[in-house]
Amino acid sequence: MLSGLYNYWIAILLMAIGFYIVIAHSNLFTKMIGLNIFQTSVFILFISMGKVDGGTAPILSEAYTAYSNPLPHVLILTAIVVSVATTAVGLALIVSINRRYKTLDEHEIEQQELEQE
Amino acid sequence: MTNHLAILQVVLPLIAAPLCSLINQAKACWLFATTISWLVFAISLSLFIEVQTGGSIRYEIGGWQPPWGIEYHIDALAAFVLLLVSAMAAITLSAFQRRITIEIPKHKQGLFYTAFLLCLTGLLGIVATGDAFNIFVFLEISSLSAYALIALGEDRRALTASFEYLIMGTIGATFILIGIGLLYMQTGTLNIVDLQTRIPAISHLHSVHAAFAFFTIGIFLKLALFPLHHWLPGAYAYAPSAVSTFLAATATKVALYLLYRVFYTIFGSEFSFEVLQLHYILMPLSILAIVISSLNAIFQQDVRKMLAYSSLGQIGYMTLGIALFSDAGLVASILHLFNHAFIKGALFMTLACFLFRTPSLRLDDLNGAGRAMPWVGFAFVVGGLGLIGVPLTSGFISKWLLVSAVIEQGHWWLVAIIVFSSLLALIYVWRVVEHLFFREASAALVANKQPIGALLPFTWVVLLSTLYFGINSDFPVQAAKAAAKALQ
Repeated sequence: MLSGLYNYWIAILLMAIGFYIVIAHSNLFTKMIGLNIFQTSVFILFISMGKVDGGTAPILSEAYTAYSNPLPHVLILTAIVVSVATTAVGLALIVSINRRYKTLDEHEIEQQELEQE
Repeated sequence: MTNHLAILQVVLPLIAAPLCSLINQAKACWLFATTISWLVFAISLSLFIEVQTGGSIRYEIGGWQPPWGIEYHIDALAAFVLLLVSAMAAITLSAFQRRITIEIPKHKQGLFYTAFLLCLTGLLGIVATGDAFNIFVFLEISSLSAYALIALGEDRRALTASFEYLIMGTIGATFILIGIGLLYMQTGTLNIVDLQTRIPAISHLHSVHAAFAFFTIGIFLKLALFPLHHWLPGAYAYAPSAVSTFLAATATKVALYLLYRVFYTIFGSEFSFEVLQLHYILMPLSILAIVISSLNAIFQQDVRKMLAYSSLGQIGYMTLGIALFSDAGLVASILHLFNHAFIKGALFMTLACFLFRTPSLRLDDLNGAGRAMPWVGFAFVVGGLGLIGVPLTSGFISKWLLVSAVIEQGHWWLVAIIVFSSLLALIYVWRVVEHLFFREASAALVANKQPIGALLPFTWVVLLSTLYFGINSDFPVQAAKAAAKALQ
């Protein structure tokens, strides 16, 4: 059970690591990296599910009979674009936050916001 | 032409968005975006009429037959929500031009309208599409543009609020993506109608249960249902006023639409409620949302934050209707979605009117503002009454339906909770009214005669529509009933 489904275990492990970084770290930049790991784990989940044992790329030829499913790969291309865009927006926000708070630490930002209230 | 309306609805603002960034001139962009948004409204209105008379519309994109091609599927519920979203977009863009010129630096205004149109595209796309992966893509289009729009707020806290929304929103959307992936693994399809027919046969599998769990958390995050709501108050309070108006009226409503779609259409109400007992989590969370958020609203100093907390409570009413797991509850939920969108939209618009003359929206800054600006003050009172659910407002109709759905099931203690939270709403609305009318206005406020422009008449148009639907509720009630029927 472990060896046959190892791709899922890797995905779950990465997912947990990414999610933990997002929750546990107070630096906004580290959070962003955690978020990226979290998203990447989902890409692996999708991509590995399309693989068929002994299957090739879907080429129309008499020599091949088993094909891997290309659809999850195509879906993940889109999801990667989404993830890149999310990272770009997130980093842009981080730059602006750093400019106006002079820090990237969540607790220090919170402190400054309390003083502003 | 007319049989392509289903796709035009989404594609029109999508194409208009990059054009808008090319025009990149504040005034021209506004005119362009506003025209597009009214066109989109006209399209959704004609779609709505078509669905009401001729039944749901299925559109094959590019002529590719589903399930291989992507299909757009507009039923009575989708048409109703499309109408709501496009109406709010058109009203917001028309009414807020002057506020946008004040609040957003001139060189960023072209991009502001671009992001606004993209956000509109995303929200409409989520509702119109009949493909599970498409939902994820549109969800991210609307969310990413929403983060950018929120970050344009003048206060630096807008940036941190936007970042928090980005983290929570991305986690939510990724959870939904995992759910989609797990379902695809088991069924081999992404088409919603296909999923619906294939899931009953495999509903005992653990991976389907896991998919259900991921969908639940993801949607709850997007919906800002208690206790996953922390991102919302900041996002609404510090965003530019046009953005908080539009998002408050539409974003969480579209997330609620997603909840209906996933739990009723994809998984089927039998599986969601009888097998997995979704209402056992939804009911307590709704009650907590209603009570705790209303209590939170009472202690806010910033009126926009107060309204944001009140929105969280109102979301609780909508999910409570679902948690009752009855036809009447579902109708009440859908109707409250519609009514609350306009009431909350109108209230955020009145706040934007105040901002023309008051330095901020903190309670102390609003002292006497109602007397200095009687039309705006009166508008807040009318909107506030709708929020409380006083008879003759549309808020009353949906609350009444909700209470009768509750009584139908004999939950008298729930009636007590709804009445109690309405009293809480009375308190937080009254706090603002007291500051508006019974405090002395500062000399600066009395002397300030800055014109409010088109925003005030538009606010009143929205308010009068909520009053009209409170007195003659045929249209929304019939539409909500048709929408609930489409889900069964």
